[in-house]
Amino acid sequence: MTNSASIGQPLDRVDGPLKVSGAATYAAEHQLDHAPLVGWIVEATIPTGRIKALDTSAAENSAGVVAVLTHRDSPAQTPFGEPDDEGRFTQSRAMLRDDRIRYHGFPVALVIADTLANARHAAGLVEVSYESEPAVTVAGEDADEKPDELDGGLDADVSRGDFERAYGDADVTLDVTYSTPNQAAAAMEPHATIAEYDGEELWVYTSVQLIGPAVQVLANTLNLDPDKIRVLSPYIGGGFGSKLGLHNEAVLACLGAMHLERPVKVVQHRRHVFHNAPHRGNSVQRIRLGASRDGKLQAIGHDSFMPRARDYAFAEPTGASARTTYRTDALLSRHRVKTVDISLIDSCRAPGHSIGSLAFESAIDEMAYRCGQDPVAFRLANMPDKDPSSGKPFSSHDLAECLREGAAKFGWDQRESAPRSHERGRQLVGYGVASTIRINILVKSTTRIRLSDDGSLIAWANMTDIGTGTYTILTQIAADILGLPAGQVQIELGDSAYPASCGSGGSFGAGSSGSALRDACMKLREKLVDIARKQESLKSADFDGARFERGKLVLGDKEVPLTELVRQSGHDYLEVEGKVEPGEEHEKYSQHSYGAQFAEVTVDRDTGEVRVQRMLGVFSAGRILNHKTARSQLLGGMVWGISYALLEELMLDERYGAFVNRDFAEYHLAVNRDIPEVEIHFREQPDSHSNPLGSKGIGELSISGAGAAVANAVYHATGVRVRNFPITLDKLLEHLP
Amino acid sequence: MKPFDYQRIGAVEEIDADAGERSSFLAGGTNLVDLMKHEIETPERLLDISRLELAQIEDGDQGGLRVGTLVTNTGLASDARVRERWPLLSSALLAGATAQLRNRATTGGNLLQRTRCYYFYDTARPCNKREPGEGCGALAGHNRIHAILGASEQCIATHPSDMAVAMVALDARVRLRAADGSQRELPVEELHRLPGDHPERDTVLQPGELILGVDLPAPPPGRHIYRKVRDRSSYAFALVSVGAILHVADGKVGSVRIAFGGVAHKPWRARKAEQALQGQAATEENFLKAADVELADARGYGGNDFKIPLARRTLVAVLRDAARATEESTP
Repeated sequence: MTNSASIGQPLDRVDGPLKVSGAATYAAEHQLDHAPLVGWIVEATIPTGRIKALDTSAAENSAGVVAVLTHRDSPAQTPFGEPDDEGRFTQSRAMLRDDRIRYHGFPVALVIADTLANARHAAGLVEVSYESEPAVTVAGEDADEKPDELDGGLDADVSRGDFERAYGDADVTLDVTYSTPNQAAAAMEPHATIAEYDGEELWVYTSVQLIGPAVQVLANTLNLDPDKIRVLSPYIGGGFGSKLGLHNEAVLACLGAMHLERPVKVVQHRRHVFHNAPHRGNSVQRIRLGASRDGKLQAIGHDSFMPRARDYAFAEPTGASARTTYRTDALLSRHRVKTVDISLIDSCRAPGHSIGSLAFESAIDEMAYRCGQDPVAFRLANMPDKDPSSGKPFSSHDLAECLREGAAKFGWDQRESAPRSHERGRQLVGYGVASTIRINILVKSTTRIRLSDDGSLIAWANMTDIGTGTYTILTQIAADILGLPAGQVQIELGDSAYPASCGSGGSFGAGSSGSALRDACMKLREKLVDIARKQESLKSADFDGARFERGKLVLGDKEVPLTELVRQSGHDYLEVEGKVEPGEEHEKYSQHSYGAQFAEVTVDRDTGEVRVQRMLGVFSAGRILNHKTARSQLLGGMVWGISYALLEELMLDERYGAFVNRDFAEYHLAVNRDIPEVEIHFREQPDSHSNPLGSKGIGELSISGAGAAVANAVYHATGVRVRNFPITLDKLLEHLP
Repeated sequence: MKPFDYQRIGAVEEIDADAGERSSFLAGGTNLVDLMKHEIETPERLLDISRLELAQIEDGDQGGLRVGTLVTNTGLASDARVRERWPLLSSALLAGATAQLRNRATTGGNLLQRTRCYYFYDTARPCNKREPGEGCGALAGHNRIHAILGASEQCIATHPSDMAVAMVALDARVRLRAADGSQRELPVEELHRLPGDHPERDTVLQPGELILGVDLPAPPPGRHIYRKVRDRSSYAFALVSVGAILHVADGKVGSVRIAFGGVAHKPWRARKAEQALQGQAATEENFLKAADVELADARGYGGNDFKIPLARRTLVAVLRDAARATEESTP
């Protein structure tokens, strides 16, 4: 019998009705007994230096203002970045601690008032003068610091074989430099926090992807006992990495609440978010490829140059795609950074692969043309049989099949190979392809479940659902394994009081938290079977073929309700814990999800306007836990890929270390009308090494390649290769007929 | 937002004669309220005119149309008369903003949108429009969306309206009521001004002067085309837009009207191009010549240099399409 909540079924989001009816409480919506005061961030307007004078008197006298918190009266904090030996998500995020300005937008005051309007108005009355210091605001090819490690613990440099020699000996070579701009995560829900402090305990309602580190960072920053801090984040309106670590308004809300011992709410205005939450740094990527005359890659070289925010150890592994997608005799991948005085640079959806693939899959396309080969055929001819960067075997490898299946479904054979071969009226038409890979990660996770004598199951974990569907797929895992209807399963997430989980990020959430839940459910099954074995009436039952269906333990022709078994345990409920942690499967195997993406674009020959006409992706990400939420994840990444290829760019004004387009009128994301028909296909193949569920990461998969497919289609349409993203019409115009 | 007084106006006669510099009229509020939140606009008093009886579209004299100032952008774009006889206006309106904004935005308010510039919206940066004499952040900064025609060293911002571009091409006129109750009329073309030494003033309106409505004269013959070139398909301001009405007879330009958007501090009527085309053969070569005449004085500021060739190419494309269409419809 098929359970509509079985793993894989396209179960509607269990939290959907709450969200569409407004009943899901996002961070800023938590109702306290007393309405919180409201804080507004006053931002520094210089990139670096010190506060020379700060006059808050007019703001303090403004209507409704309760306090103007500055470094002069803020509660004690640990210096920014301490302790040294911890990771960036738990090191102190001190602000309003001294007169030092770390970057443009860095908070210099928090105006706290009775209403948002009063706080915002008074913020404009705070007068600050500065002593500017020379600031470094731009990084490009001059980046020359070698980071200790890259995000995810990867080595800054990887060298296999003799690159220079292989490249020097190659029949066909390519040496090109691509660039990608600063980019914002632009989550729908701005970063928001309500903090409440009673002199002993600190409660923080916020929007954060990783709950455990959020507790620790507050403990470190504010010198509090972590046991006295409760962080709640049950619903999150998108994070995309910008909410991995705790962000500025959360620290400020806590400072305000501790200072006043009254609850304080701080919601970042959209303009704040661009500087008071992390962004993705710009990249320069030099790519050198060498191939034999018949199109076999012999040398792959990737040099990445990016900014790194001062005192903040994040370096993006931009070379990730170059390291593992294709076979090669020699590989050289290096990352260099330059310390800059601009706001925090951190993970943004698919760090490494997203912008790495944008450049690398474009360069691969260039190489295919240079070798006179079809871009799909060229890729297929260079499939690796082991991970080129580590030499490890792949846990599974399905890229070639994704490419073949995608090409067939897309109608790739209808495409003329030469650029600028297709026209429709005044529109130049082009077709592009890109390979997609994304590393698969498993993170230690625990959970606790309780089956009550009324048949209901609750699972607790400090996991988060950032809009991806975590509540839903966890419901399905429990319902499937224990044979319960979805309505009897309740998933409780987003609370630091719950067992430590992986949190959301790096596409590891579903596989990791789901595997911990699976473990708990399997243990519960054992417990239930043990209870059943003790029953006289089931003595002769077929325990070998035990199944869990319809709320019952089924033993051949006998069955017993789970509620009955709970009662027989002598308790009101049964509780077990489950866990998962990465083991040797992740040491032994190189693990990735795969995909192939295809795009058709038109380019207006008069104006250079690029519009995507259709996209198609074939993806292989192990076992699919919910076909509907998985599709939504992939769709979102493909849409974002279109944005990365054509639209997104945070414009940095070097003079001020500030982004100038800090709203959604000018920071362009794709809108509905930019999104054509998007077709998504799964090649469902459980991976026996990835995790006990056989699933693999999916959240960051499609963004790793979607943009390059679009960019390659633009080239095919026009014969123009734009190497500085985004491909806006001004970069095409002069080359058009 | 700076605290302000709010007064609901039931009839225009209730507007004080001293409604002056420190007052602003509130209609749809789609631009003004945003600017007030940023304290870029800080009126001491808001006169809410949204309930005035000025939301009608009526037939005017000699085949024209009288549009009340409170007619929404959606209402005007979807009016059957406008769609049939002034399709340039309808398509320009529908190219602007989003459906939600068009439902709220009014005809008078659309005309009075402030010009666009990143630095105007960022109160931490210098802007002569916001604070006369402070300097211009855009001149040596990011100016991809900025003006190529009629700018000054004081200001290179662009007027964002699509609707106004169509109205300027259509020789529409605004009806104005001064605070003292007297009335006057102006071509829409003369409503907005170039920045010169006073970029703080976007229009020639006097303090307290209210737009009562817009009069559209009967449309000239010919094909109407509004072409908006932008980075994404919707919800983006024009990099360059062209509104044109072209009538071709026997292969020659009988009449032509052209206006540009996104290139100047005001909707830009391309009278030099019109003149160059009058009576000439409707050929690609002549379209190019006309574009070059109009753009002879155009200058870029780095980031917006591309707008000069873009304006040329877009104008030629629009005229080409319009010529083909009028030739086809005239046997």
